[in-house]
Amino acid sequence: MDDFIIAGKRYKSRLLVGTGKYKDFSETQAAIEASGSEIITVAIRRTNIGQNPNEPNLLDILPSSKFTLLPNTAGCYTAEEAIRTLRLARELLDGHSLVKLEVLGDSKTLFPNVVETIKAAQTLVKENFQVMVYTSDDPIVAKQLEEVGCIAIMPLASLIGSGMGILNPWNLQIMIDRATVPVLVDAGVGTASDAAIAMELGCDGVLMNTAIAMAKDPIMMASAMRKAVEAGREAYLAGRMEKKLYSASPSSPIDGISPMSSR
Amino acid sequence: MIQLIINGEPQQFECSLNLQQLLENMGLQNKRIAIEHNGEIIPRSKFPNYIVTEGDRLEIVVAVGGG
Repeated sequence: MDDFIIAGKRYKSRLLVGTGKYKDFSETQAAIEASGSEIITVAIRRTNIGQNPNEPNLLDILPSSKFTLLPNTAGCYTAEEAIRTLRLARELLDGHSLVKLEVLGDSKTLFPNVVETIKAAQTLVKENFQVMVYTSDDPIVAKQLEEVGCIAIMPLASLIGSGMGILNPWNLQIMIDRATVPVLVDAGVGTASDAAIAMELGCDGVLMNTAIAMAKDPIMMASAMRKAVEAGREAYLAGRMEKKLYSASPSSPIDGISPMSSR
Repeated sequence: MIQLIINGEPQQFECSLNLQQLLENMGLQNKRIAIEHNGEIIPRSKFPNYIVTEGDRLEIVVAVGGG
């Protein structure tokens, strides 16, 4: 079995999905179902004091018996904020230690601030968090995060929520070749082929939110992404044929071609 | 009357109360939340004995949809 192992736990799906930007909880639930994902990201925010306390809560539709929740630090711009958010998440989720760390650099690009990210990772690892870390596609930074003790490296393929796809497959390839922990593309996937390409490169998984939530039909796109990640993984494992540049090779036998009969 | 600052908003309560009572007061008992009191995270097991008083700042957070 080609299981995906994160923090010692086996998963069948290599597609991780976010829960943001959906129309309502029923759409969130249906999309997650269609994606086949088992690891689901959530954000930590102030409770809305004025609201009806009996309104359904996101965690009600994502039972921890069925899903591994991955609290994130979206919206944090310093190591301190990110650490605090994940400490709150740990309390909220009853001691849960698997987290997604992201420390952003600016609100326009949402590009990661890698210096603050490394700082936060150091503290979190010391506090026994299992850190899956969002980072740039810089192989040196990836190695540093791995050395700090992060359990998965999650480079952007392009900007968060941009849907621009994989802009630098070569950097991803270097990161994948050198990493001794799982590498997942996180951010930038726009459509199914992007996810397939990430997996064909040898990524261990793909994390996405907007590509599904903002599709015209999120549920159908979730299903497409599931297939793309599976197909990309199989293609990677199968090992692609070598490219023969500018030289064709017929698929049908050359021998035994029946000639036109002479009249 | 005491005033607490909850998620940045001033809120009035009859008297000092513990976190368990505060949550009941707000209809948040048994909800999946975490509380930070004056910058310190309070474990759920301590809610019944943890008294909040005038001017205390509380942050109450939940899990919401996000990537």
